Amino acid sequence: MSAGVDSRPCGGKYGDTVAAIGHTPLVELKSLAPKPDVRIWAKLESHNPTGSVKDRVARSLIEDAEVRGAIEPGKTILEPTSGNTGISLAMICSLKGYPLKVVMPSNVTEERTQLLRMYGAEIVYSPGEQGSNGAVAMALEMAESDSSYYMPYQYGNEANPRAHYDGTAAEILEELDEVAAFVGGLGTGGTLMGCARRLKEADPATLIVAAEPLQGELVQGLRSLDDGFIPPIIDLTLLDRKIFVSNRDAVVWTKKLIKEEGIFAGVSSGAVAAISHRVASEVDAGNVVTVFPDGGWKYLSSGVYTKSIDELEADGTLETASFW
Amino acid sequence: MPTAKIPPVLRSSTGGEKEVAVDGATVGDALRSLAAQHPDTKSQLFGEGGELNRYVNVYKNDEDVRVLDGLETPVGESDTLVILPAMAGG
Repeated sequence: MSAGVDSRPCGGKYGDTVAAIGHTPLVELKSLAPKPDVRIWAKLESHNPTGSVKDRVARSLIEDAEVRGAIEPGKTILEPTSGNTGISLAMICSLKGYPLKVVMPSNVTEERTQLLRMYGAEIVYSPGEQGSNGAVAMALEMAESDSSYYMPYQYGNEANPRAHYDGTAAEILEELDEVAAFVGGLGTGGTLMGCARRLKEADPATLIVAAEPLQGELVQGLRSLDDGFIPPIIDLTLLDRKIFVSNRDAVVWTKKLIKEEGIFAGVSSGAVAAISHRVASEVDAGNVVTVFPDGGWKYLSSGVYTKSIDELEADGTLETASFW
Repeated sequence: MPTAKIPPVLRSSTGGEKEVAVDGATVGDALRSLAAQHPDTKSQLFGEGGELNRYVNVYKNDEDVRVLDGLETPVGESDTLVILPAMAGG
């Protein structure tokens, strides 16, 4: 026996794949804790059916549209994504009978294209150097010019943070009596906004920390600062800190998770691990909780797990890849 | 002196410079010092009322100043201000 914490039977029993979303394990990262009175916990969202936290969001977005009567089988769903939301939507839409079209930056890893096609999604590529901002702009134009699409729009739909308020954060509070700090990755803002609201309701003193990607310079190919994009669901007043993480540091910590905790996670998990460790060093005692958005499978072709940091710097991966 | 790091999208306004030494004890003063040295950056950094433009993120070292004290956030000699366009993920 090596657990050392009260554990529950994993999984549970569900009527179908969509119902099996969520209920992910919360795992203590003992080797990363910088002091004895602080414990770091990570929710492993790779345990969702398509392997990422976005299963929660996609289910919430589709069920919200169904409840409002905005969609019915046969309606085409259109959504901008850097990959994970698209893959989750693709699984759910294939089961429910909604054709799916995703707009995705062209510089994402090949695995994301394969997974989307596997579930039957149609892919429209946006300019890679504009990152997710370019995908959002293109999808908004497409939706405006063709009213036959339904766009859930994860960046502006409260069903996104609600998935975390009702799911992710509620599950954390079921397992832990107190949360000194919560560290979430900032992409759409859904994880952070939903968890911040729920955790602050439980304890207003819980520190909410956003970790965001410092994109490589070659992924900042915007024409002007006016092409910047802030997802409408983000409310900065809910954040206590917002810290960027370079691709280099995120990859260093992704490798550390494998070596020291045996966790094969995506690169954004390395980023939130780095910030969790830093926050854990700064609080006196208690639980620091984070969410590891996905596993490493979809990023294998980037070489981040097999090449050294020096090799990744030399071949330009850290400057050009889009991991979030 | 604090240093301002210039993102690719602003470099045409700084004559190609990637880093600019700036003056000031607050983020606001430091950015106004940048705008004084490179006037083309002013309208991109600031709104008409002198507030930070919506889609510009400014970090003191690696922390977003909007979640600190905004333009009033103090900066020291050895601090770096990183200017970035707001980018999403997802």
